[in-house]
Amino acid sequence: MKITGAQALIKSLEAQGTEVIFGLPGGAILPVYDPILDSNIRHILVRHEQGAGHMAEGYAQATGRPGVAMVTSGPGATNIVTPISNAYMDSIPLVVISGQVASGAIGTDAFQECDITGITMGITKHNWLIKSADEIPEVIAEAFYVATTGRPGPVLVDLPKDVAQSQMEWHEPPSTADLDLPGYHPQLDGDPAAIAAAADLLASSVRPVLYAGGGILKSRASEALIKLAEATGAPVVTTLMARGAIPDSHELCIGMPGMHGNYTAITAMQEADLLVSLGARFDDRVTGQLSSFAPKAKIIHVDIDPAELGKVRHADVGIAGDARRVIEALTSAVEERQLEDLAPWWSQLHAWQERYPLTYDPQEPGKGLRPQAIVEAIDAASPAGTIVVAGVGQHQMWAAQHWSYELPSTWINSGGAGTMGFAVPAAIGAKVGMPERTVWAIDGDGCFQMTAQELVTARIEGIPIKVAILNNSYLGMVRQWQEMFYEERYSEVYLSTDVPDYVMWAEAMGCVGIKVETPEEVGPAIEKANAITDRPVVIDFRTDAMEKVFPMVPAGVSNSEVVVHPSQREEA
Amino acid sequence: MAAEPFTGSTEHSPVTHHILSVLVENKAGVLARVAGLFSRRGFNISSLAVAPSDDDATFSRITIVVDAESTPIAQVVGQLNKLLNVVEIRDMAPAEATERELLLATVTIEAADRGHLLQNVAHAGASIIDFSSDKVTMSLSGTPAHITAFEALLLKSYPSTEIQRTGLVALPRLNPQV
Repeated sequence: MKITGAQALIKSLEAQGTEVIFGLPGGAILPVYDPILDSNIRHILVRHEQGAGHMAEGYAQATGRPGVAMVTSGPGATNIVTPISNAYMDSIPLVVISGQVASGAIGTDAFQECDITGITMGITKHNWLIKSADEIPEVIAEAFYVATTGRPGPVLVDLPKDVAQSQMEWHEPPSTADLDLPGYHPQLDGDPAAIAAAADLLASSVRPVLYAGGGILKSRASEALIKLAEATGAPVVTTLMARGAIPDSHELCIGMPGMHGNYTAITAMQEADLLVSLGARFDDRVTGQLSSFAPKAKIIHVDIDPAELGKVRHADVGIAGDARRVIEALTSAVEERQLEDLAPWWSQLHAWQERYPLTYDPQEPGKGLRPQAIVEAIDAASPAGTIVVAGVGQHQMWAAQHWSYELPSTWINSGGAGTMGFAVPAAIGAKVGMPERTVWAIDGDGCFQMTAQELVTARIEGIPIKVAILNNSYLGMVRQWQEMFYEERYSEVYLSTDVPDYVMWAEAMGCVGIKVETPEEVGPAIEKANAITDRPVVIDFRTDAMEKVFPMVPAGVSNSEVVVHPSQREEA
Repeated sequence: MAAEPFTGSTEHSPVTHHILSVLVENKAGVLARVAGLFSRRGFNISSLAVAPSDDDATFSRITIVVDAESTPIAQVVGQLNKLLNVVEIRDMAPAEATERELLLATVTIEAADRGHLLQNVAHAGASIIDFSSDKVTMSLSGTPAHITAFEALLLKSYPSTEIQRTGLVALPRLNPQV
């Protein structure tokens, strides 16, 4: 059967189980948009290509399936570079199809030409420039396989316009076993000797901490993690990428470590005699000053990416493998061993929890709302399994701290890259993937202004997400740093109290807009938003501009010097 | 111009380099992927040589020399292994490798003054491969230390010498030194 390269691309995407493409057409990708009309794949037309990328990421984070985005050449392709970089940092399976100028025009500075494979070489697991339509079934099969296996990540396939228009003899894509990838062999099972050594370390540890990272969610290892925790009785910290990997309500879960983690999680890692890193990568936002991080701890490091072992911190036992498989093997090995009594360790942990719980100042009459209270109110009023999606900044930290995450993949945010503007489009993608779930974007006003136009997409495409803007009129996290580290010299952080009018803006985009200024309005507004299911809702919560995120470990400072909430500090 | 006699490479500088022999799929952009990885991860390349490694050019071998003191070799290998087109990496310390490099040099020198130069060429095992009335081009292959010693001699004796080195290539030594 002779078909065009464009038809072959769509057939290949169908063969990979693609149910939705987030994209925006243009000249070079035009041939591919014609067969989309004849496909069962849903296409969601975005208002900016960055939105397509983040939607595909939100979809992937919520469902565990690869997100697919499609853009045209030149600016279409460069506009999706930020989501690709974001997906690379957070190991999100993302398949980006970009149009390219015709093969003969490549290298001539043709209209809307750019070297997108060159640009994205360092931020993709791999990328391909297709030379002939005959390659399409193979390349698309390889692209999905690479994006979703091993350490997941973004891939890009660049398709010149003439290749899309040319004829090819259709052939079924190869099975994964038949892919020609001589340099790609993800290692899934951990080395048994290393697992035994790890079990020995765990058995002899009196102050262990299980350090759970985003890899737990990627490998669907939540249940395995809980079993390991229960088999060892060890406390579990969940990094920013792993919130929900074990329920916050679980007695062994001690919450989030890192720059804005809680005191107990941070200090438990500092005082541990053993850290068991499971799908985490010793990010600088977790370790603080590296030289003084967890100084007494031996390290067991489990990661699907062998290059992570010893990259930042020497691993006493490094295990390359899939988190779920290694954790299951480790649990079995631990169950055969006599473990130390962890009661003294837990009594210390409980003392810290009692002395330094997460806290914030009570609402002051006539002052801005407490953002932490808003997060807690939305949590209390929303159904179980609600997916929370955040942008980047103070609101992200409050959403990570003050929402009780009970299920895996209910918390989606931009961790490694710190991409402002992530929340609205990623929430849309999450809702597309999990339409039965309530999806709340908890956003900042600075972030919201970066990508809010995708609410038009959400309204037109019938994707009823809810957006809570924790609006403090500032780029709040930068303002906090300027207050604490730049002697309150506020430079370019004030946005505006009056402009934009978020209610009018929301309504202009076909959404419901609600403004909340007093504590009494908070609950009813959330109830109203949760009751609206036919269109997106935006709530403009007017919060206290001076509110800061605590605890805080200042950048480059030892985690032993965590700055707690003012009410918890020792009297001088 | 006073030309010193070539005495060979008896003087050893402390060896700190490592040789990565990287077998890659011979596909478009593979060299950019490898070079880009070194650049973005902050690894330094001392030299790099690349050529097809089999008859039908399915694979190429890239020989990369890195400074082992300033570069985390295990991390370089780990990150290189993540490149899809990288099939196999051999990490060799100099003692484990047979190393060779090629040097071409063009010296500007009148025919009447060439006596010393030709002596040194003979001592070093180099060969004259091209000449004109006022220039001589020679080639020398050998260990990096040998090449470096000859290069130093040429540059000292004939400062206007134009030199091109290939960067070294290496294969595992059949009888590794202890």
